[in-house]
Amino acid sequence: MNFARVLVIFAGIFIFVTPNSIPSAYAVIETVNFVDKKTEQRYKNLIAELRCLVCQNQNIAESDADLAKDLRRKTAQMLNAGESDRHIRNYMRERYGNFILYKPPFEGVMVLLWLGPIGLLVALLIGIFTHIKRRQSEPSSQTLDVNEERQRNEIRNIMRDTPELDD
Amino acid sequence: MKFKFLIPFVAFIGIAIVLGFGLTLNPRELPSALIDKPAPNFSLGLLSDPNTKFSPKDYQGKRWILNVWASWCAACRVEHPLLNQLARDTSIPLVGLNYKDKPTDARQWLHERGNPYVKVPMDIVGDAGIDWGVYGAPETFVINEQGLIIYKHIGPVSAQIIEQEILPLFANNSGNTQ
Repeated sequence: MNFARVLVIFAGIFIFVTPNSIPSAYAVIETVNFVDKKTEQRYKNLIAELRCLVCQNQNIAESDADLAKDLRRKTAQMLNAGESDRHIRNYMRERYGNFILYKPPFEGVMVLLWLGPIGLLVALLIGIFTHIKRRQSEPSSQTLDVNEERQRNEIRNIMRDTPELDD
Repeated sequence: MKFKFLIPFVAFIGIAIVLGFGLTLNPRELPSALIDKPAPNFSLGLLSDPNTKFSPKDYQGKRWILNVWASWCAACRVEHPLLNQLARDTSIPLVGLNYKDKPTDARQWLHERGNPYVKVPMDIVGDAGIDWGVYGAPETFVINEQGLIIYKHIGPVSAQIIEQEILPLFANNSGNTQ
């Protein structure tokens, strides 16, 4: 069994599932004033992890939608009012559900969402390795029995007797 | 173990059914997070008189409907005749939250199409909308006597939805008969 090949395939899978750290493109930026740089950074992080509900595959930082703009304004307001990130996330979640969070909380049914892919991978790995183990322990099929040996010889004889055809 | 060869086939059918079911779901229909939660409060000026405020607290003890609408909202046009009919046929208090609209456009709209609402609070900036988890118009909420949201419909209501989902919530209720 070619273990090296299996390893290469899995390395490939891991590269694909590694969270990419490509910075999101900020399509729209209103000038929002914050008390300090740190709050501004928290604002940027928050709007990058809140999902826009009308244009569902964008976060509210990227979206041009009116609702995204309102949610950005609300986020900024709450930050400037001294609210914690956790409080703001909860505020959004209470109103729009887990759907608004790109990083859903690790609780309840959401655990399935977090652990499902890992479980699938483990099941797959176990399956592949038991399969490989079984194939290794099976008796080698190289030795032929008497019947097969005879059949082979017959075929060889027939093929030798057949005149070669010219095109 | 005779039918072992069928395992991949059965697995395939299973996955196909699950994914096929997923395709029939509407990704725009989000489960509402606010069902059975207290209706968020606001205090907004009315379209008819911006100095008079409406607040959901005013309706404590009543069972009522909050309909989120706007003159820019195409789907609101579809449900509007049904709301007019609801206002005509029942005495359910129907409040129309005018969401991110221009007051002049909103007035014009109600003038042309009829006004089914008992009160029309104006949410010009959309803050009350966020508080209510609104992400588009129209949306329709039913609030009970204790001030809890007991029902939410996203998108235009149909005659069937009014008949089968909304009116039953008002059965044996004073709002229906008064």
